[in-house]
Amino acid sequence: MHLAYPAVLAALLFCTGLYGVLARRNAILVLMSVELMLNAVNLNLVAFDVWLRDALHSGQALTLFTIAIAAAEIGIGLAIVLAVYRNRGSSDIDRLRDTAETDAAEALPDDESGTGTEDQATAAAGKAKKAEATA
Amino acid sequence: MTTTTLAVLVPLLPFLGAAAGLLLGRTAPGFVRPLAVLPTLAAAVIAAVVAARQGGGRAIDAATQLTPTGSVPIDLALHLDGFAVLVAVLVGLVATCVQIYSTAYLRDDPRYPSYAALVSLFTSAMLLVVYSGDLMVLLVGWEIMGICSYFLVGHYWETPEARAASLKAFLVTKLGDVPFLIGLFALAADTGTFRITGILGAVANGGLDHPTLIALLLLAGVAGKSAQFPLHTWLPDAMAGPTPVSALIHAATMVAAGIYFVARLLPVFAESGAALVVLAVMAAITMIGSGLAALAQDDIKRVLAYSTIGQLGYMAGALAVGDRGAAVFHLLSHGAFKAVLFLAAGVVIHAAGTNSLAAMSRMGGLTKRVPDAYWTMTVALLALAAIPPFAGFFSKEAVLVAAEHTALGDRHVAPAAAGWTVLVAGLLAAVLTAAYATRLWLLAFRGRGAEAPDHGRQPVAMTAVLWVLAVPTIAFGLTVGTITDWFDGHALTPSVTTAVLSTGAGLVGGLVTYGAWRHTSALAARTPVGTVVAHPDAEPALVEAQAMTAHTAAYGTAGDAPDPADPGRLLLGPLHRPAAAGFHLDALYTALFVRPVQAAASLVRFLDREVVDTYVRGSGAVARGLGAAVRRAQTGNVQTYLSALLAGSLVLAIAAVVFANVNAGS
Amino acid sequence: MTLAATAAHAALAAHPAPSGFLSPTGVEIAFLLVGIATLGAALVTVTTKQLVHAALWLVVALGGLAVEYLLLTAEFIAWVQVLIYVGSVVVLLLFGLMLTRAPIGRSPDADSGNRWAALGVAVAAAGALVWVVVDAFRTTWIDLDGPAQGSTEATGSFLFRHWVLPFEALSVLLLAALVGAIVLSRKRGKEQS
Repeated sequence: MHLAYPAVLAALLFCTGLYGVLARRNAILVLMSVELMLNAVNLNLVAFDVWLRDALHSGQALTLFTIAIAAAEIGIGLAIVLAVYRNRGSSDIDRLRDTAETDAAEALPDDESGTGTEDQATAAAGKAKKAEATA
Repeated sequence: MTTTTLAVLVPLLPFLGAAAGLLLGRTAPGFVRPLAVLPTLAAAVIAAVVAARQGGGRAIDAATQLTPTGSVPIDLALHLDGFAVLVAVLVGLVATCVQIYSTAYLRDDPRYPSYAALVSLFTSAMLLVVYSGDLMVLLVGWEIMGICSYFLVGHYWETPEARAASLKAFLVTKLGDVPFLIGLFALAADTGTFRITGILGAVANGGLDHPTLIALLLLAGVAGKSAQFPLHTWLPDAMAGPTPVSALIHAATMVAAGIYFVARLLPVFAESGAALVVLAVMAAITMIGSGLAALAQDDIKRVLAYSTIGQLGYMAGALAVGDRGAAVFHLLSHGAFKAVLFLAAGVVIHAAGTNSLAAMSRMGGLTKRVPDAYWTMTVALLALAAIPPFAGFFSKEAVLVAAEHTALGDRHVAPAAAGWTVLVAGLLAAVLTAAYATRLWLLAFRGRGAEAPDHGRQPVAMTAVLWVLAVPTIAFGLTVGTITDWFDGHALTPSVTTAVLSTGAGLVGGLVTYGAWRHTSALAARTPVGTVVAHPDAEPALVEAQAMTAHTAAYGTAGDAPDPADPGRLLLGPLHRPAAAGFHLDALYTALFVRPVQAAASLVRFLDREVVDTYVRGSGAVARGLGAAVRRAQTGNVQTYLSALLAGSLVLAIAAVVFANVNAGS
Repeated sequence: MTLAATAAHAALAAHPAPSGFLSPTGVEIAFLLVGIATLGAALVTVTTKQLVHAALWLVVALGGLAVEYLLLTAEFIAWVQVLIYVGSVVVLLLFGLMLTRAPIGRSPDADSGNRWAALGVAVAAAGALVWVVVDAFRTTWIDLDGPAQGSTEATGSFLFRHWVLPFEALSVLLLAALVGAIVLSRKRGKEQS
């Protein structure tokens, strides 16, 4: 079989996944696109392993490992998305803009030195939220 | 101890005293006065011992080299000849008197510890200059004196006069020091050494290639330090310092350093006839101009300051005719009687509560209040006017004799023109000297009017030193026959012609002034002039500072007073106004140097503020703009970041592939 | 060109008698057709406005890939693909969609405002990758004859003969991921209050 077929298919699948990662709004759809990219790489690994007839079959072994890691990644990723959703009520990636450079962001450190305990509590909560959003 | 060890101790003791005084000044105020007086006194005694041991014999040379210093070695060298040891005795004596005097004069001054330490440091620097056998070490002392003078003149820094005067003294002397330094380097380059003995040996062997250039460069520094004609303007203004400082720095030591330096290196100057003529003309202008100016001053200390300039002119004249014995002889006697004059003037100012001669001339009975100052000042003024048998007569005679011999061709060290210049100017200046001495005495002690207020007896520390210094003022001249050993061995005795001429000139000047005073003193009662300070019972230094401030406030200038009863006004006629203002040299310097410098400074300021700063501000604005633009990119949208990241890496990858292919294809 | 030259050299060394470029075999035709279907499903996955449909189209794409693995004689990986991806990952994703209350039906804002930049980057990347890959491997053939290289037996032998240590390390990783997922998805707010 011509090696260009699986190679080109893998490249196209990878770029499709890339588009999905960059263009999708919902975090779960982004995770799906990441799966597509991983699979494109897997296809490449398998095809080249078969072509090279490697004695160790490192391509196929790595494919298996990638599949396992992808499973782990999807589990962790979904847990994070769920945590974000619980905190923010939304899992839209382009609405999580806490790291934006704004004038309000510059004034944040002053808020943390609030005097009342209530202020401190809300500030701590805000910080926790922010930490989760960035995780 | 050997003579060399003793000689090392002489500059070292006051230096250690100064260091200890500065360190302990705040923590242990009780030690300040002993630390000020005792090291200086010890240095004076040791200097006298060194002088006795040296005894006018062969010069003692000792040198040690601390570290190699490149092509021209710099040694810690001593060169003790007759001039050095005698000048050191004078410096030690005057410094001790000034320190004792200051304990009373500045008794309540909060800055007395630093003042006393600076005086000690100054003394140490002067002694270093006197003893040093190496020109670089000498220069160190020379510059320390400059900076100490700056601090001491500015002692009353609360008053604007003192601030301006200290700056002026520093800048003007430094103006001379720059060519002086270049001259020293040129001298060392020609002779290959900084040692005085080495230089004199090289000069004797004809090893000096550019004598005129070197001599003129050195003369610039000498003129700055010794207040000779173009650079003398700092000295009258420096009277804004306390009186003991004036006595020490501006009469006996610092201004003497320039003369002493030329005396040490006289063979270098004698190599160049042109330099000697320049020195003679400089001295002549200084003598006559300062005499006229002294006759017009109203401030008693400014009269003495101009008189100092004039007497330094005599010394410079003696050097111009190549007789350093006469020059140093006059330096010593002048140091003694001018110290008396300044210190006595301090007593008088304290007693009268004013420094204005016009005010004193309307005050009766001042002699009864300060009899010590009256008698010692009278003696010192007679010495100043060169009336026999006081010290000034003999020393001034020595100068005039040397000038006469040179003019008539009996001496061949200097050109005859220099001799004639010095002789004529010296005789004219003798008239003027006697005239302003008489005027000072008449106005200060023969005043008529209200009784001077009684502040009690003056402190013993202040009056006793006057008598101590009066002894050499009276008697030093009589030793002329015995001290020739110290002064190159040739006679300094007066000759009949010049003695008659100069004494006659002095008598003429004194009598004319007396006549004028008889004529004008009748006017004194009609125009009441006089300012007296508000706190006559305060310490003397405070009274003096207040008097100086009040003088400027009352009369408009520091030196003049609108007093028709002043005999100087009658004698000088139309010359009085320019003479009182120092012949407007300050105004000339302002127009020539100060204004252009200020204009250049404002131009630089404009360039800095408007041109350079524009670029600075512009760069700041550009950075801010760039920052704002970059900040706009920080949207917080992770997908945007990732897109940019991937696009960038894609561009890099394509570039890498393309370049790899291009390189492989070629 | 370097890449092409080295690849061609390797291919020539492996296969002394290359096949014709324009004479596709049956396997190649099957691979091509399945590949087109897979790519189409993937494209629909990343462009559809119905979120649940996206997950379902993902199943098609991943299944198509499993077929491709089969065609490349990697049997074991093909079945693992079906088991893990189609069986568990997609199910997890569907659960995720449900738990985040993703709207059923068309949602007009499924794509963010970044899509045109994303499209540019993706198309450029695809062009560059395809160009490089085709340029490098246009004269390279895979020899699929002989015993299946990815049979369960072969896989078992190389995995547990050569790759045991990474395999065990991977198990630790999976455990860590498991613990991490649990920790992250606990409802901390309620426990604290």
